[in-house]
Amino acid sequence: MTAMAEVTPARYSWGGDEFVFVELAEEMSLQANFRAMAITKKLSDARPDGVLEICPANASYQVRFDPDVLDPHELLALLKDLEQQVGDAHELALSTRVLEIPVLYRDPWTTETLMRFRDRHQDPSATDIEYAARINGYSSVDDFIAAHSGSPWFTSMVGFVAGLPFLFQMVPRERQIIVPKYLRPRTDTPKQTVGYGGCFACIYSVRGAGGYQMLGITPAPIYDPTQTLPDFTDFMVLFRPADIVKFAPIDSDRYDELLAEVEAGTFHVTARPVEFHLQSFLDDPDGYNARLLEVLK
Amino acid sequence: MIEVLKPGLSTTVQDAGRTGYYHLGIPPSGALDQYSLRAANLLVGNAAGAAALEVVYMGPELAFTADAVVAVTGASMVPKVNGEERPNWESFPVSAGDVLGFAYLTAGARAYIAVSGGIDVPEVLGSRSTYALGALGGLSGRPLAAGDRLPVGSGPGAAPGRSVPADLRPNLAKDVEVRVVMGLYDHRLSEAGRTAFLDSTWDLTPVADRIGFRYAGPELETVPREPPFGAGQDPSNIVDAPYPIGSIQVPGSVEPIILHRDAVSGGGYMMIATVLSGDLDVVAQSAPKTRTRFVEVDLDGALAARSDYRKRTRRLAEALEG
Repeated sequence: MTAMAEVTPARYSWGGDEFVFVELAEEMSLQANFRAMAITKKLSDARPDGVLEICPANASYQVRFDPDVLDPHELLALLKDLEQQVGDAHELALSTRVLEIPVLYRDPWTTETLMRFRDRHQDPSATDIEYAARINGYSSVDDFIAAHSGSPWFTSMVGFVAGLPFLFQMVPRERQIIVPKYLRPRTDTPKQTVGYGGCFACIYSVRGAGGYQMLGITPAPIYDPTQTLPDFTDFMVLFRPADIVKFAPIDSDRYDELLAEVEAGTFHVTARPVEFHLQSFLDDPDGYNARLLEVLK
Repeated sequence: MIEVLKPGLSTTVQDAGRTGYYHLGIPPSGALDQYSLRAANLLVGNAAGAAALEVVYMGPELAFTADAVVAVTGASMVPKVNGEERPNWESFPVSAGDVLGFAYLTAGARAYIAVSGGIDVPEVLGSRSTYALGALGGLSGRPLAAGDRLPVGSGPGAAPGRSVPADLRPNLAKDVEVRVVMGLYDHRLSEAGRTAFLDSTWDLTPVADRIGFRYAGPELETVPREPPFGAGQDPSNIVDAPYPIGSIQVPGSVEPIILHRDAVSGGGYMMIATVLSGDLDVVAQSAPKTRTRFVEVDLDGALAARSDYRKRTRRLAEALEG
């Protein structure tokens, strides 16, 4: 983890007449994600006329453009130039935030839901979190929860549905949790379920279909289209790409207290600004993470 | 004000759509058939991208509390005022107390009802379009329900009796061609898989909504591979990536799905092509069982098609001026 992986050239592809898709790496890594962040940030800063949407993703990004305003080949040349400028992105420093997200692991609502969908699961005799703990080699669910909540997560992509964060754990690859998705997707997932699929954690922003394993639930709203809750006065989506997340395990009494705060309109997610520097993180991930999380104290 | 007596199957408020929030998972939304939306609005004297009602398969029943000019475009679904037939693609007057209903759908899939002044729900993030998955925009973020009351704006409007010339009305066929630019993850397909995609006639399944249109046909063969870290085991899995509007994903290498204007913004399935922006109107008018062929064009071909589409919308605007 300390060294920069070798950077492979990006792959560019047209998405019809309005999109260009750029794959920075076939496999997921923080480094590929940082390169996507760095390139899309430079593009946002330059924001040429005709650029309509800039969507950074896990190891790729896309741009929607109006070809009547911006010549596609000009845009392509610009993106290739930005790719060169960014290089391996090790110089990247991001002004971002650390968010503390309380989680009730093994909660009754996701447990009830997962029991209804056992026929679509790899291990019908276990719960999702028991299965995730076992296949990742943890001797108990408590050890798994300690690993899941012990290191911060990087918001490597926001999307799928409104405001849903994809989260990538900021630990060396050998310590990353890997969990397959359901064999067939569920038709129901409680709102604010903390899920896991492949190498990504997520928080479901709305109730609906889902294929990720369900580990717990957060009382913290992350999407409020009515913008009535205090965290949403500026915008209806809590998460932004590059946000850093610390999961904080809570018990059911604390869950009830926080839920009462949400209902009273007084709940705030604890959020602190930080500067994140990629090379410093790569040099000493655990030490850097510990310092990063100091801001929450 | 319009009172909703019967909502139809899934009637939503839609305009030209919203831009700038796709990176947070909020898709453009807006009318799936943008050409028919423009036509309906221009017929009643609204701005081309004003908010109107998008009707799917089965029309609503609406009571007007004030006089208005109305036009119905898109799918063939004969409008009726107090039970009397009115033409599609022509504007007609309604009076306070009149009830607008519809005959059965005979061609196409989505009709657009424009009302002089436009549907005046509040703008959310720069658009009045409904994004139901996110409970956003439109009327309380959802399709219409019986008993809803829809506010109507006070635009200048136009005198009734405008008509879209026959050559500027779309051909609503049961067999359609949809032009695509191949790419994205099409290198995952074997030569046989690629040929099967482009040479087969695909049948639209009943899974066809504002998020995506799923097609039945042959399984598409992929190239064998070692799955990259984070991508999942199935050959159709990728590290979760952004989805272009119009992109065609193939989960499990079967039943391609065209993502439309309420698309999920990203995910972990390979996409192999993208529908041209203008041809999304053709997809929008596809009802289940529509036989569809995907025709490959390159970027230059896509830009030429786009230019033709622009010319057609200009001719439409000229035909409906004044």
